[in-house]
Amino acid sequence: MAGIAVLCEVQGGEIAKGSLGVLEEAARLGAALGEPVEAIVCGSGLDDAAMGALGGFGASKVRVADDAALASGIAQPVVDACASAQESGQYRYWLAGASIMAADAMAGLAARLGAGIVIDAVELHAEGGALVTRRSGLGDSVLAHCGFTTPVGVVVTRSNAFAATEGTGGSAPVERFSPSFKAYSQAVQLVGHEDAEDSGPDIGAAEVLVAGGRGLGDAAGFGPIEECAAAFGGAVAATRAVVDAGWYPYSAQVGQTGKTVTPKLYIACGISGAIQHKVGMQGSGTIVAINKDKNAPIFDYADFGIVGDVTTVVPKLTELIKARG
Amino acid sequence: MRIAICVKEVPDPTAEKRIDAGTNRLVRSGENTLNPYDRHAIEAAVQIKEGPAPDTEITVVTVGPESASRSVDRALAQGGDQSVHIADDAAAGSDLLGTARILAAALKRGGYDLILLGQQAADSESYVMAGMVAELLELPCVTQAASIELGDGAVTVKRQVETGYDTVKATTPCVVSVSDAINDPRYPPLPAIMGAKRKPHEVLSLADLGVDAGAVGAAGAGTSVSGLSKPEGRGDTIVIEDDGSAAEQLVAFLIEKKVVA
Ligand SMILES: Cc1cc2nc3c(=O)[nH]c(=O)nc-3n(C[C@H](O)[C@H](O)[C@H](O)COP(=O)(O)OP(=O)(O)OC[C@H]3O[C@@H](n4cnc5c(N)ncnc54)[C@H](O)[C@@H]3O)c2cc1C
Ligand SMILES: Nc1ncnc2c1ncn2[C@@H]1O[C@H](COP(=O)(O)O)[C@@H](O)[C@H]1O
Repeated sequence: MAGIAVLCEVQGGEIAKGSLGVLEEAARLGAALGEPVEAIVCGSGLDDAAMGALGGFGASKVRVADDAALASGIAQPVVDACASAQESGQYRYWLAGASIMAADAMAGLAARLGAGIVIDAVELHAEGGALVTRRSGLGDSVLAHCGFTTPVGVVVTRSNAFAATEGTGGSAPVERFSPSFKAYSQAVQLVGHEDAEDSGPDIGAAEVLVAGGRGLGDAAGFGPIEECAAAFGGAVAATRAVVDAGWYPYSAQVGQTGKTVTPKLYIACGISGAIQHKVGMQGSGTIVAINKDKNAPIFDYADFGIVGDVTTVVPKLTELIKARG
Repeated sequence: MRIAICVKEVPDPTAEKRIDAGTNRLVRSGENTLNPYDRHAIEAAVQIKEGPAPDTEITVVTVGPESASRSVDRALAQGGDQSVHIADDAAAGSDLLGTARILAAALKRGGYDLILLGQQAADSESYVMAGMVAELLELPCVTQAASIELGDGAVTVKRQVETGYDTVKATTPCVVSVSDAINDPRYPPLPAIMGAKRKPHEVLSLADLGVDAGAVGAAGAGTSVSGLSKPEGRGDTIVIEDDGSAAEQLVAFLIEKKVVA
């Protein structure tokens, strides 16, 4: 086994930013281990020149599986493609940045290869000639130094763990390959898609975000949150739980599958503080949390925490801010 | 139809936490509990049984020590009909790969139409078990379902992805993990809690499943932990209990920090 394969994802016709950051980190790791780094891209109607540009982010070769079965972003055909790439490439490590598709695909690949898998890695180190990840655990209170005992190791890195640069502008040779697909991998079909940006506010530019989670109780619970955000001259954000439940539009979602935000002030109301939410807001200037459970993980990364009920604390806060004009 | 729900026992995520001065590690007091995310999977199965498919049989499947039987009972109380519990000393120390291998072996035996999992385990905070188990079973897989609709030989699932919501259709048998927003799990009434123990429980060893002990547990783990360190924290946190003046104290803090003028 030799070399590092990086699954680079195509989103909206372009390589995802997260993938570029992981590719660059893989290149640093590859240099330290003396292993070449290859980018694996799965999709349909992919352009050679655009794929070759991954060379500017550290890939020595770009291997492209271009097939209609890979058009919809469903993970299992991607498992087949990665397994085909592994047959010829015999990679020692597979890396991917966290996304719904990449995590599912790497899960399937690890199972098929009998490979150890590490999820949510935040650092990649070369130690004793091998990859040893740092994987945070117990609500980010400890970093486990986690390596592999299997011939192949599979890693999914945490969202936003590795920021991409602009790249060097270089390019790498592109090689196309044809995966063989399993029948069960094609038994999931995409039958519809609703785009995230179709409705709702743009939260990226707001200096203050007042965010609501399931602790608001129901969709009507967002009323006081909107008033509070208005008092601050800010906008409203939300967790996946309330977006999935239909209480608030997806365009307001913060986190791994939503937006990454860095307002001056982030006020989390009735939000437990799951890692997948944290990765979207931990770069905020000041973080305030209001939660009635004093053990809620959100308090571990807030600057100011209030153990209390959102229905009483938030309206009072709104009044006080309004009074200051 | 036959539905299997994979449930895991985890340390109570809402229990008191403290840092052990000796080891510098986080210690959670309190007891183990049924992974809260798995309660949504059970609820989804119960709703299928109460709705479109009344002849549904629900089997709760877990891999864990014998003590995990309490969480199995908790899951049965919420609406399972029977349980399969793989408890074997040789399974201790299984990582994701080992657990997936054991679960897949147990699930294969059951011939289920639908295999449901939670979105993630509260302790490992990963979300890969569904994809791993599906691959080992060579079944179609859909993760993070925000809704499930039963059709003829298929399920239709709405799920969030980075660009919005996808609606996907998978033929059954298949593996589906559910988002925590798919439903509000019910709290079982007392008689259901009392009755859970009397439901059929099957406790199996690795040998019963024909699983090679060397491929699972600590011996078969694909990952190994060589050390622990402390991540950089965010710094000081002020936490206050609301005594009626919390909003005032917050505003004073924001003014001091010059976040509000
Ligand atoms: C692959 C993947 C991707 C994900 N992506 C995202 C993402 O992008 N964004 C995201 O947010 N999540 C994401 N999640 C989901 C995440 O794991 C959590 O499930 C989710 O963030 C929980 O949302 P919540 O905090 O609103 O709900 P809960 O976890 O249910 O928390 C509700 C909180 O409200 C508190 N509460 C209840 N009542 C009150 C009250 N009256 N006053 C004060 N507090 C109260 C409770 O104590 C609790 O802490 C993802 C999960 C996975 C597996
Ligand atoms: N030991 C286990 N026994 C049964 N089910 C499990 C076990 N571990 C994980 N699962 C299932 O897999 C889901 C996701 O777990 P994970 O990918 O480990 O975070 C959980 O919500 C459970 O449904």
